Amino acid sequence: MSGRSITKLSQEKIVAIITIVLVVFFSATLHSFLTPGNILALLQNVAILGILGIAMALAIIGRGIDLSVVAIMAVSVAWVLQLNNNGVDLSQAIAMGFVLALAIGLINGVLIAYLEVPAIFATLAMGTAAYGSVRAVLLEDNLVYLKAAGDSWFKWIGSGQILGVPSPVMVFAVIALLAHLFLRFAVPGRFLFAMGDNPLAARATGVPIRPLIVLQYLLTAAIAFVAGVVMATAVDSMETRVARSNLVYDIILVVVIGGIGLNGGKGGIRNVLVGTLLIGVLLNGMTIMNIPYTLQNIIKSLILLAAIIIDALMNPRDEQTSQQGDI
Amino acid sequence: MIHFMKGCAIAASVAMGVLASSGPLQAAPDDGLINESSAALKGKKVAFVPIAMGFDLTEAWAAGLKLDAQRFGYELTIRDPNWSVDAGAQAISQLISEQPDVIVVHPPEIQAYTRLIQQANAAGIPVITVSLKADANGDVFVGPDWYDLAVKETESMVKFCGKDSGKSGKIAVMQGVLTNPTSQYGIQAIEATLKDHPEIQIVSNQAADWDASKAHAIASTVIKANPDLCGFIGLWDNMDVGIAAAIKEAGKQGQIYIASSGGGNQVSACDNIESGNFSSYVSYDAKGQARDLMMAVRAILQNKPTTPGEHSVGLYTPLKVITKETMTADSCWKLEDVKKFGP
Repeated sequence: MSGRSITKLSQEKIVAIITIVLVVFFSATLHSFLTPGNILALLQNVAILGILGIAMALAIIGRGIDLSVVAIMAVSVAWVLQLNNNGVDLSQAIAMGFVLALAIGLINGVLIAYLEVPAIFATLAMGTAAYGSVRAVLLEDNLVYLKAAGDSWFKWIGSGQILGVPSPVMVFAVIALLAHLFLRFAVPGRFLFAMGDNPLAARATGVPIRPLIVLQYLLTAAIAFVAGVVMATAVDSMETRVARSNLVYDIILVVVIGGIGLNGGKGGIRNVLVGTLLIGVLLNGMTIMNIPYTLQNIIKSLILLAAIIIDALMNPRDEQTSQQGDI
Repeated sequence: MIHFMKGCAIAASVAMGVLASSGPLQAAPDDGLINESSAALKGKKVAFVPIAMGFDLTEAWAAGLKLDAQRFGYELTIRDPNWSVDAGAQAISQLISEQPDVIVVHPPEIQAYTRLIQQANAAGIPVITVSLKADANGDVFVGPDWYDLAVKETESMVKFCGKDSGKSGKIAVMQGVLTNPTSQYGIQAIEATLKDHPEIQIVSNQAADWDASKAHAIASTVIKANPDLCGFIGLWDNMDVGIAAAIKEAGKQGQIYIASSGGGNQVSACDNIESGNFSSYVSYDAKGQARDLMMAVRAILQNKPTTPGEHSVGLYTPLKVITKETMTADSCWKLEDVKKFGP
């Protein structure tokens, strides 16, 4: 058994090794790479992606997926900024935006748990529906600036520092820790693994599957809201157009590349951290090298493809795992 | 009941008042052109396909067209593809079969709608393109000369970072979407202008997809990698606020120059100049463009080209450079005012 674990590297370890190789390579070739300032900037730049990755991981571990995280993030936080700009008290605006995010998450959960719509379709539709309806009914503009709360504590969330560490990195760390504790020690967290591994068996043993699914999508919505607050306060604005971007694929990518299988029931927050770090190191190094944008995309996809191929070679699929590939 | 009757009486008198007040208009003297030109617009069909509604530029242009549609009684349809190039192409194809009197297109990139613009012209429909220059000219182009815009941005950068400034001369360029004319012509202009200024060196030339968050990530990395960076050239205000945030975070506001550009909306342009987020701003005054667009539509409707697309008119927007020194009370415009009172 111990001999097997030496020869068999998990996907998480393969990605971690590739990340370390890249760090060594960039440190040797770029004099400004391995400086504390740059490493912190690197972490800061992937903090939002990482936070959203954690939300996605919670959905995927429970054998679900949430394609509406970006839309939830964009519209709920844009509404907070607009309410506050129009004179609503900041904490009240935040509460209203948070409730909006939770409401969308609740609809997701009910659709999936009680109407038994597959998660991929329910959240795909909700992403568009939430973006469209909030944009049409509540928001005056696609782009909402952070104006009224520009000098408040709120602004600090995305652009402050604690002992030189940028606050988005801190928020990422706190969310990661809380999610880790939830998954490892909280009863619903343990149930999430059981449900992801085998929903029918989990139900037969008494796990309340339907309320658990609702909780799952409430959690992803809540974390998406936090990511949105970090994003808006980092760049002084929220561009709701992000809901129509490729960001959601990047989020799934960091989760899957880190080694959380789309079939659910496996993995943890550490996988998200590893996946996020790989993307962060890649983007940071290539930006310093000033590699043209198109070439960056090619290199990024080739390295990710390499990670998947190495994993496929080292961990060949057997009859059981290949049957579980569907979402 | 009495209340109801009172209400009816008031409503009737109001209605009569309206009728009475519309009387003198009909009796306005004909100066030989006004009646004819107004009549040429009545009942016509105008279609507008923006990249998306809901941001300052397209909202301002649409406000202008809406105003004219009401005033002259032409029918305005807006098909909003919401940043989807495919949906926009479908909308234009659909419009070609509906045969409106003019199609106003806001192309997302140089090539995307070129064939469709030619098809519309071939089907006898005049086309006005706005803001982003496509490969097909259509009948009228209303928008900035993107080359000149980037020259102006680069010149202001040279002033701050160039010879005798005592600065490093290192600058970074933040492009948007690479296939967009803003980037295509912009980058040529930047490189050509810098040929005369060998002391200035581009240390980073990246693209951020018009996304402030991506721009922020790239800018913060570039600032860390080049501690003596002198300035950033950005190409759209909505994205450049991300660069500004990264500069502020690094505690280098005022030391790192940031040249931006955009439609000159108060919150995107003048507020950012005022607060020091942007050092200089080249405005293509979307409010002025809205008026140019209204006039282009009027001209086409009054004098429909016999062979649409044969002769093209270029209405290039006058550009103005806004800095703290040159900013006046009317350098920028407010979207709510344009919506309320027209451009």
